[in-house]
Amino acid sequence: MIGRVLLRAVFVLALPAVLIAVWWAASSGSVNPYWPPLRTILTTFPDVWTADRLRSDVLPSVLRLLGGYATAAVVGVALGTVIGSYRRVRALCEPVLEFLRAVPPPVLVPVIMLFAGIGNSMKVVVIASGCVWPILLNTVEGVRAVDSVMLETARSYGITGAARLRSLVLPSAGPQIFAGLRQALSIGIILMVISEMFAASNGIGFTVVQFQRSFAIPDMWTGILVLGLLGFVLSVVFQLVERRVLAWYHGLRASTRRSA
Amino acid sequence: MDALLDISGLRKVYEGSGRRVEAVRDLTFTVESGELVCVVGPSGCGKTTLLKCLGGLLAPTAGRVLFAGKPVSGPPPGMALVFQEYGRSLFPWMRVAENVELPLKQKDLSKARRRELVADALASVGLADAAGAYPWQLSGGMQQRVAIARALAYEPDVLLMDEPFAAVDAQTRADLEDLVRGLWRERGITILFVTHDIDEAVYLGERVVVLSASPTVVQEQLKVDLPDERDQLTTRVAPRFAELRTHVYEQIQAAKRGKADPAGGKADAEPADRP
Amino acid sequence: MKGLNAALGAAGLAAFLALGEVVPRTGLVKESYFPPTSRIASALGDEITDGAFWSALGDTLTGWAIGLAIAVGAGVVVGVLVSVVPYLREATASTIEFLRPIPSVALIPLAVLLYGTELRSVLLLVVYASFWQVLIQTLYGVQDVDPVAEETARSYGLGTWARVRYVLWPTALPYVMTGVRLAAAVALILAITAELVIGAPGLGQQIAVAQSSQAVPEMYALIVVTGLLGLLINVGARTVERRALAWHQSVRGEVAV
Repeated sequence: MIGRVLLRAVFVLALPAVLIAVWWAASSGSVNPYWPPLRTILTTFPDVWTADRLRSDVLPSVLRLLGGYATAAVVGVALGTVIGSYRRVRALCEPVLEFLRAVPPPVLVPVIMLFAGIGNSMKVVVIASGCVWPILLNTVEGVRAVDSVMLETARSYGITGAARLRSLVLPSAGPQIFAGLRQALSIGIILMVISEMFAASNGIGFTVVQFQRSFAIPDMWTGILVLGLLGFVLSVVFQLVERRVLAWYHGLRASTRRSA
Repeated sequence: MDALLDISGLRKVYEGSGRRVEAVRDLTFTVESGELVCVVGPSGCGKTTLLKCLGGLLAPTAGRVLFAGKPVSGPPPGMALVFQEYGRSLFPWMRVAENVELPLKQKDLSKARRRELVADALASVGLADAAGAYPWQLSGGMQQRVAIARALAYEPDVLLMDEPFAAVDAQTRADLEDLVRGLWRERGITILFVTHDIDEAVYLGERVVVLSASPTVVQEQLKVDLPDERDQLTTRVAPRFAELRTHVYEQIQAAKRGKADPAGGKADAEPADRP
Repeated sequence: MKGLNAALGAAGLAAFLALGEVVPRTGLVKESYFPPTSRIASALGDEITDGAFWSALGDTLTGWAIGLAIAVGAGVVVGVLVSVVPYLREATASTIEFLRPIPSVALIPLAVLLYGTELRSVLLLVVYASFWQVLIQTLYGVQDVDPVAEETARSYGLGTWARVRYVLWPTALPYVMTGVRLAAAVALILAITAELVIGAPGLGQQIAVAQSSQAVPEMYALIVVTGLLGLLINVGARTVERRALAWHQSVRGEVAV
């Protein structure tokens, strides 16, 4: 038992340890200004990312991301449910939605800057309008694909309106909606960073570009690490939420896989 | 006594993408309050269509369905359906008790009363312990028991069952048949049970309605004069059981050939009296 | 039914375009922010007679195609290797889980320093972003190999290479194709991003230029082009996916609907 745990720990930690060691060793004597020694980067880290900086740069970024992402989630799921529920509406909207989804979200930044200036609302709107498409289209697909027997069951028991939505349509579309939310999260992070690179006075993206422009290379590297960590942490949080909300779905899949 | 379900001249034609399929041509029969009627017919004869028309899920092309004297135009309260596809009829994101309780939330009941109904229904299908499980953690037979419990808790006047045991193994199936008969006798509910299995129809029913092949009409109605007390061992080997099932079998074979058997079968089963 | 749906879709598109014309004309939105459809269309007309537009389009497509090709090649090779070599899957899982969510735009400052506005800047971002899509799908695909088929192959004495060729690859192929489709979309996003933010030549850079010179209709026209490009890539990738896998159940099921 302990052996098993130990083995797992080795598997989880070995490769990252090796990679970090290689980076450390390969960069230790580096004089190339663009590839500072890992040691320098790590010692710079606490100097750069102080509590103050976390409050003034990381927090605004995260809040913008959450604001835009939450807006996109609400709008995407609501609109997607409506569009997915009516065959005719779906046929009407499909080509337009396919086009809007295909527009690479970063080009929204200059457009939205026209309307919303360069303040916080611009960033939130950019993030929301980029994240909404995968959520919307996945919701449409999920709502469309609700099982016919379940729909008839609900109908025969007089489960209609809000109860039908809450206890049948949304849970059934849940896995698909979460697939959309997951895609939207990576798009949201991209948009958060580049909207701050474009025009901002604070935020992680802004800070990293400032370091790069002032050739503070080790500081820039710490910024890249922070962005990487942020991406990783958000993905872990997302997975935890997904595992919780869709516990039934993972259980169901595991049980059908066993019996298949 | 008025019939609880009164089906007359029921006809259903599916139309779509240039094709026209007459699933049910002309069905007329009744179900009395408190009866257990089995509808049996060759596969593809529109049994499911019939049940969906009764349950108000499909609008018939012609004819009418009266439930307690009122025409059915949508799913009426007081009717509960048990589907063949138990795996697709229970909601996998809800636990067993939540699945059973869900339809009750549409009724104006207190929370305590709902709990009571759920517990009682689960107990009477022998699943009191499974209330907190998810449906997919249960075997197929147990899942179908949950679906039956959900129907029972709803306290319907009539229970419509659409080949509910077609997808479970033989052993489980026998248990579930006895469960349905037991529930019928204890609770005095009306059951309309659709199946393609002749033995099952004869074993369960007080009356068997034999349907013809598509386009479907009622081939024959047959009273099952077996004793009320039935069990898998003795009833199925009783000579009368054999006669009845042979008779129904011949009727279905005749139906498949597309004509009514003029002799009414070799076993001298008497057609049930029409009310 | 199909005809009706197509008609509805065309009506929706027409309504969308008409709305784009009417809303700015009535002054609901400032025309200088949101030019009417007709002005965007005429700007688009000007663009397509301009050689600079076509060379920008060519640049974007070059970055996209090369980056995607590298990512697909690397993703498939690494994915198969990691699955075939014993213990490698377990050993790399945590690293993959850590590296994958790192946003590729974090590499923008590094790309600027290392390569400036060269094509390699674009490639760095495109490859990093789309590599994971292909790798993850390949890993899923290999995991899906039927153990019975695998054991059958073993029992008939098929070597590693033959097993990869005849058992593993056919099973994984649908997943790989899905990965390619996702990667194609992501690659376009990152190619445009790199041009927009770093200034590498291409449509994204043209958009940035149009924006900074207040050429709003041109900017919208270019955005429409990127959307059409994205649409073409999505539809194209889906068609290839379907063609290549006409025999496979997952695709058959999709077609039947």
